[in-house]
Order: sequence, then structure tokens, then C-alpha cells
Amino acid sequence: MQTLIQQVLNALQLGSVYALIALGYTMVYGIIRLINFAHGDIFMVSTYVAFFIGTALMSHALRLPGIVAFGLTMAAAMMVTALLAVLIERFAYKPLRQAPRVSAVITALGVGLFLENFTLATIGPDPRFLPRFFSVQTFTVGGVAFSNIQIIIIAVSAAVMLLLDTIVRRTMVGMAMRAVSWDKSTAPLMGVPVDSIISITFAIGASIAAVGGTLFGMVYTVDPYMGIRIGWWAFISAVVGGIGNIRGAMVGGYILGFVEIFTPVILPASTYRDFVAFSMLLLLLIFRPYGILGRPVAQKV
Amino acid sequence: MKRPSFSFLTPVLTPVRVAYASLPFSVRRWTMPILLVLFFVVALLSPSFINLYWQQVLIYVGINIILTASLNLVNGYMGEFSVGHAGFMAVGAYVASILTVWVFPRWGLEAYIAYLFPIALLVGGLAAGLTGLVIAFPSFRTRGDYLAIVTLAWNMIVKSVLENIDAIGGPRGFMGMQKLTSVAWVYVWVVFTIYLLRNLVYSNFGRGTLSIREDEIASSLVSVDTRKVKITVFVVAAFFAGIAGGLFAHIIQFINPRSFSILKSTDVLVMVYLGGISSLGGSILGATVYTVLLELLRPLQVWRWVVGPLLLVLLMIFRPRGIMGMQEWPFLIPREERAERVAALMERIRGRREAFAATAPVGGSSD
Repeated sequence: MQTLIQQVLNALQLGSVYALIALGYTMVYGIIRLINFAHGDIFMVSTYVAFFIGTALMSHALRLPGIVAFGLTMAAAMMVTALLAVLIERFAYKPLRQAPRVSAVITALGVGLFLENFTLATIGPDPRFLPRFFSVQTFTVGGVAFSNIQIIIIAVSAAVMLLLDTIVRRTMVGMAMRAVSWDKSTAPLMGVPVDSIISITFAIGASIAAVGGTLFGMVYTVDPYMGIRIGWWAFISAVVGGIGNIRGAMVGGYILGFVEIFTPVILPASTYRDFVAFSMLLLLLIFRPYGILGRPVAQKV
Repeated sequence: MKRPSFSFLTPVLTPVRVAYASLPFSVRRWTMPILLVLFFVVALLSPSFINLYWQQVLIYVGINIILTASLNLVNGYMGEFSVGHAGFMAVGAYVASILTVWVFPRWGLEAYIAYLFPIALLVGGLAAGLTGLVIAFPSFRTRGDYLAIVTLAWNMIVKSVLENIDAIGGPRGFMGMQKLTSVAWVYVWVVFTIYLLRNLVYSNFGRGTLSIREDEIASSLVSVDTRKVKITVFVVAAFFAGIAGGLFAHIIQFINPRSFSILKSTDVLVMVYLGGISSLGGSILGATVYTVLLELLRPLQVWRWVVGPLLLVLLMIFRPRGIMGMQEWPFLIPREERAERVAALMERIRGRREAFAATAPVGGSSD
């Protein structure tokens, strides 16, 4: 029972990160119907930004308190990553908005590979660690051990997701985003600046991925190819929840977190986790292609 | 973008063309077979005058042509978006390798292995073709993005399954294959692939494939059996990917699940779109240009992996049709079809001339 609760905490921790990245996939898909395959690598870049800025801030010369350094690192990662995503959108995706949709998807794949290999060529393949912003404290409640890092990850992710949900549902920007997603040709007639809204969507998606990246870097190592696996898992989360649906992405993220943590418990080896996740995706796509929270789209003839 | 001009060749080429065209058809029909046999002889003799490195490059070019042309059938001619071609390649590679390393020697056939190689390849291709059904059935229900995800998931599942089967090496890979792939073998398979795909594409069945690309619902209304077409196309494409996988395994002599990851699939995608969709000639060019380019960039080390993706992005933005998208080399088009196309072209030119004549007094044409 105690191990079970422990595993649930682990799953929540991992699921939070997946959910944060899945949001980026789902928002971009919702607004321009593009599977932004580069998003996992944008997440990877964000962890590198967090690594460099975090290391600089935590150097002994500055003597910043951990929480301040953590906040600054996250903010910087969010800004740099948002800028990167907006640039990618501007130079790689925008020229293709009128082109067949496949062209844009291929471009996204290309951008992702470019980011991976460019990072590999410039920074190198060695795994790196983010500096410790907080000293790890372990608490034990009723035999269940958990660390302050775990709590921070779960809490920060939940807060960010709540914030995003509020932005999309309650603010003018959110309303504009929903309008563009609903009907891209009518929205500009109502005075919605479509191009800016698309840029804002990319920026928001990338900065949420940067939150995920900073949190992820606090627990795991950083390397140029991490974006592939984490990106795919987040992507499956988005599809499982119903791509284009923001709450679906959150639910999907946690589901995938549970799949990853509980696969080794049930099956003999952790190497089966990709198999389980992708088979789940395949079956879901065959029987319920619009995801758990998505709605089926009827094709007009 | 301006096309490179080869007009300086005209004085040389035109007399040759005119002389060739004046030959009777009974002579001209033999040109292609004779050329093919000639090239085969050259391929057969190539080990004696090409060094090992360039032989290997040639073999990779051939393998990539097979992969590209077969993926073009799905992504170009049928207009689906498959991103899991490496998955089928993996099935073919592993099945063919198991046959040549374990099964044939166990049956005491080790001495004949060079002759049994094509059988191993065919069995590998058939196995891959069977798994093509895994993609074909979901394609009845989903299209576009979702089908792309299905193919991607398929690629990941194959890789994951191979990593978990310890008997064939798991993540460590599988080795012990002899170097059975030669330039001549690859040449034969390339010719076979292109010949078969060309006949497929220009058949009645091929029209059905094209009609699915343009509008699936409309094509089913004009009695195209879309399910049958989809199954056949996916199975045929997977079959050739499997063949390519077998050839690949027997030149590199060591395969592991990682060689068939999504990166490999992306490489094939780059070649398809570089060459141009719905064009077998484009697939040949795309595969050749990309493979040779990557070899020439070898001195750049890791940076050369930056070039491919960058090329892909620039290509999509500035020349989404690739080198020759939707165009074809005349000799890859069946004769009757070619005659029809020429007639249609002449008709169009005549129409334009008449239209021009009608507006001539105003002067200046926008053409």
C-alpha cells in the first residue's frame, strides 16, 4: 500500500511534466491544425536554457537564495523558449499556412531534428545536471516517503495548468484563441488579429513547456535527444486526451505518467513502457480517434 | 527560381534526337532492355573498377531508391502521410537476417546461401508486407494527421518489440550476416521495384490510387474499391521496404533496433519530398542526391546531420514540389499514356495560339 502511494506520487510527478508539454501540442493543434513535432525539442532547448542560466545564477559569486534563483531561471527559460517558438512559427510555419497540411507537418519534423542535431553539434552529447536550487528534504508521512522537490513539481505544474485554463476561458486573449480555433476565416472579420494570436499561442505553449523543462531538469539529466522520448510521450498524452482539447491534454499527461510508472510493476521490464504506450495510442486511435475528451468531427461532403 | 540552362547542348542533342526518333519503333522498343542489360553488366563488373567505399555508397543509393519509391506510392500517389516506413524495413531486415544466419545453415544449405539470398529477401519482404496490414486497417477509419500518428506509433512499437526480444539480441542488435548484398543485386532489385511500381501506378488500379488522393469519398462514389486499394498500396509499399531492409542488413552486417528508428523514417521522407511526390523519376533522383550529398558532407562530422533537416525545411518553404514533383521522366511513362499526354499538350498549345491570335492586335502576352 505504501509503495503504491509512493508510485502514485512518482506518476503524478512525471505526469505533470507530460501534461505541461502536451498542452503545447494541443494548443498549437487547436489553433492551426498543425502537429508541431518540434515541440518536444523546444522543451529540450528550454531545459538547456535552464541549465545554463541556472548554473550562472547559482554560482557562488552571486549568493542568491535558491527560491529566487529558481524563479529567475524558470522565467528566463520561459522567455527564451517563447521567443524561439515564435521565431520558428514566423520563419518555418507561417510561409506554409496556405500550403497542403502535410508540408507543415514535415517542416515541423525537420525543425525538430534540426534543433536536436544543432544542439548536439554545438553543446555536445554529454548528459548534464541542473544545479540544486533546493536542498532535498525527505518527509515521511504514514510510511510514505516523498521529497520537497516532488511536491514543488506537482504543485507548480498544477498552478500553471490552472492559470492556463483561466487564461483560455476567462480572458480576451483566450477568447480570441478559441475564436481562431473555431473559425479561422471569420475570426479576422470580427477584429481578431489572427497572426498575433497564433504567435501568442506558440509563445504560451513554449513557455509552459519551459516550466516543464525546468521542473524536469531538477530531477532528471539533460541531453540533446531527451526531447524525442519526452516529446513523443507528451504527444501521446495530447492525443489520448483528445488533441486540441486543453483539459484533455492535462488528463492525458497524468494517464501517461501512470502508464510509465506502473508498466514495470505489472510487466517484467521497464523496456516495455514504449510498447504499452504506443499500443494504447494505436488502439485508441482505432476505436476512439478523437480521444477521451475530444468530440468526433463529422466530415462534410 | 531560374532553371539551369542547358541550351548549349541543343546543337549536339537535336540531331541525335531527330535521328533516334526517325528509327522505326520495332528498333526503338529495344533501347530500354538493352540499356538495362548493359547497366547490369556494368554493375556486375563494378567490383573490379570501383573501390569498396563507392560500391557501398552505390548500394546505399539503390536501397534508398527502393525505400523512397515505395514510400512515394503511399505518400505521393495515394496522398496519405505515412511516417513509419522504417518499421517495415526493420521487419524485412530481421526476417531476412534470421533466415540467412540461422534457418538456412540449420537446414544444411550454407553452401548455397548466395543463391538463397533472394529467397530470404522475398520472405522478409512478404513478412513486412503482412505487417503492412496493421497500417492498412486503421486507414479505413482515419486519415491525415491521425493516420500519420498510427504509422508513427507502429514504427515505435516495432522498435520497442525488437528491443524486448532477447533471442534476436534485443537492444544489442543482431549480427552474423554475410556480406551478400552487391551492386549487381541491388541494381536488379531497384529495376524490379521501379518496373513493378510503374506498372502499378499506370494501371487501372493506379488510377484508383490517385483518385483516393484527390477525393476519397468521390472516388468511392465512382466505384473505386477504396479498401482494396488501400490494403494493396500499404502492403506493396511495406513489401518493398522489407526488401530494402533485407538488402540493408546484408551490407551493413549488423542491425539493431535503433537503426530503424523514426530518424530513418524521416530520412526516407526527406528523400521522397526532395525528389518530389508522385514521381518515380523524382524518387530515383531524390534518393541519389540525398545519399551522395550526405556522403560528401562526411568531413563535417556531426554538422552534417544538421544539413538534412535544414534542407527539408527550406525545401518545404521554397520548393514544396521537390525536384520533379508530379512530373515524370518520359521513359517511365507507358507509351500509350505518353502519346495521350503529347496530344493533350498539343491541343493546349493550339488553344493558346488561337486565343493569342484573337487578342493579337492589343499586343503583348502575359505568357
